[in-house]
Amino acid sequence: MAIENRKVTVTVNGQERSAEVEPRKLLVHYLRDDLGLTGTHIGCDTSQCGACTITVNGDAVKSCTMLAVQADGAEIMTVEGLGTRNELHPMQQSFWEEHGLQCGYCTPGVMMAMIGLLKENPNPSEEEIREGMEGVICRCTGYQFIVSAVQKAAKIMAEANEKNDQKVAASQLVGEGNL
Amino acid sequence: MIPVKFDYTHAETVDEAIKLLQESGGEGKLIAGGHSLLPLMKFRLTEPGVLIDISRIDQLKEVKKEGDRMIVGALMTHNEASKHPLIKEHVPLLADTVRQIGDLQVRNRGTIGGNIAHADPAADLPAAAVVLEAEVIVQGEDGEETMGIDSFIIGPLITMLPENSIVTGISFAIPPAHTKSVYLKYFHPASGYPVIGVAAVAGVGADGNIDYIRVGITGVGDIAFRAESVEQTLLGQKPSKALIQQAAKLAAEEGEMGSDLFASAEYRENLCRVYTERALSSILL
Ligand SMILES: Cc1cc2nc3c(=O)[nH]c(=O)nc-3n(C[C@H](O)[C@H](O)[C@H](O)COP(=O)(O)OP(=O)(O)OC[C@H]3O[C@@H](n4cnc5c(N)ncnc54)[C@H](O)[C@@H]3O)c2cc1C
Ligand code: FES
Ligand code: FES
Repeated sequence: MAIENRKVTVTVNGQERSAEVEPRKLLVHYLRDDLGLTGTHIGCDTSQCGACTITVNGDAVKSCTMLAVQADGAEIMTVEGLGTRNELHPMQQSFWEEHGLQCGYCTPGVMMAMIGLLKENPNPSEEEIREGMEGVICRCTGYQFIVSAVQKAAKIMAEANEKNDQKVAASQLVGEGNL
Repeated sequence: MIPVKFDYTHAETVDEAIKLLQESGGEGKLIAGGHSLLPLMKFRLTEPGVLIDISRIDQLKEVKKEGDRMIVGALMTHNEASKHPLIKEHVPLLADTVRQIGDLQVRNRGTIGGNIAHADPAADLPAAAVVLEAEVIVQGEDGEETMGIDSFIIGPLITMLPENSIVTGISFAIPPAHTKSVYLKYFHPASGYPVIGVAAVAGVGADGNIDYIRVGITGVGDIAFRAESVEQTLLGQKPSKALIQQAAKLAAEEGEMGSDLFASAEYRENLCRVYTERALSSILL
């Protein structure tokens, strides 16, 4: 049986990408091998370790357990989409400052899983952060420093949101002629 | 790990999915979240010729309350179901159970319908399904039919899903308003799947006696079961520590304990007692 490739269009880190892919191609292989986004790692390949975690439409997902064809039409973010070297994302900044990594192998997946967690719950307790890490494995840190980093990131992100909200509220007032 | 070659199509509607199944001549396999199917395909334990992606059928993502039943669309993910206001309010046991499945990433992809259709003997959801007297809503070539959970899942990974049909939703009984519920799970530390999971709903009437009780157990054998001996021992009695201990001793009665590399049958029998006692104590004492 001849099997046709399928056209897949996805937005990856804000950029639209289109490709003809073999149906059996895993999303993680599409990202790494076809798009060269090797920040997304493969640890176990059996859906356990979470090193391959990315977000799909904002939700944390293990990209080794999804086909590229299933992602057609989706918005994808990988660790490369978080921040730049000069302007780190609060999650990256906090991992750096709190020493949330040692070898760094798990780190991209852990950060993306935690981005997914903070979307669900922007103000998690320490226990909720630990529960949120069920789907990732880190062989180095013992997790404590990761928890501290996520707590810090959550705080920075919440403050940034608050400022943003104030700005939006102020601009609405201006718009309404109240200021 | 890469699966063997297969073809891929997707369906926009239930009818289209059925048609694609028919056209595939037995080669087609539905894929929803893929979190049971893809791991098997990567290990090449299953090699379907065509995957029919149903994840874009929006009508299967709805939740509605119909009288004393909650109808949950097959494509609701575990995460969505755990947060859904109607589910949290009327069938908190369901929300509680799916919240304990796997991890956040798994709950973002895995679906209620896929969990039931896969019939994994170690899945969490079947415990809640037997307790909430679930009915599986199936759409096939000859229209819709409803199958009780006991006549749908009949063995490990074995269901009575008719050929060329699709599970569109699961209907759960809404327990009486005065009841409390719990899902208590002892998970395998590596896989996250339950070595045992006990789902229970219990209510105490105005006279102080137990007037509603359902206990379901999953993970210990080939299939989830209702612990009816436990229920009968408790019904009509005043809840007490001694009574719950006595009832929990019968927890393994209706089940067949499996023995594997995770746990021996004796150990599982003991887990049935211990986890049933803990689950019931948490809602009755
Ligand atoms: C790392 C990991 C940990 C997990 N931990 C747990 C756990 O702790 N507890 C637990 O219960 N589960 C666990 N799971 C399984 C998870 O819940 C699955 O997502 C779920 O069992 C299957 O849902 P799915 O949508 O992914 O189904 P799929 O994988 O897409 O499909 C599974 C099977 O069901 C069929 N199917 C799917 N939808 C339908 C439908 N609507 N009608 C008819 N047939 C259908 C498919 O053809 C296939 O045969 C885990 C999975 C992973 C990868
Ligand atoms: S590589 Fe995907 S979970 Fe480990
Ligand atoms: S930092 Fe090495 S595995 Fe997490």
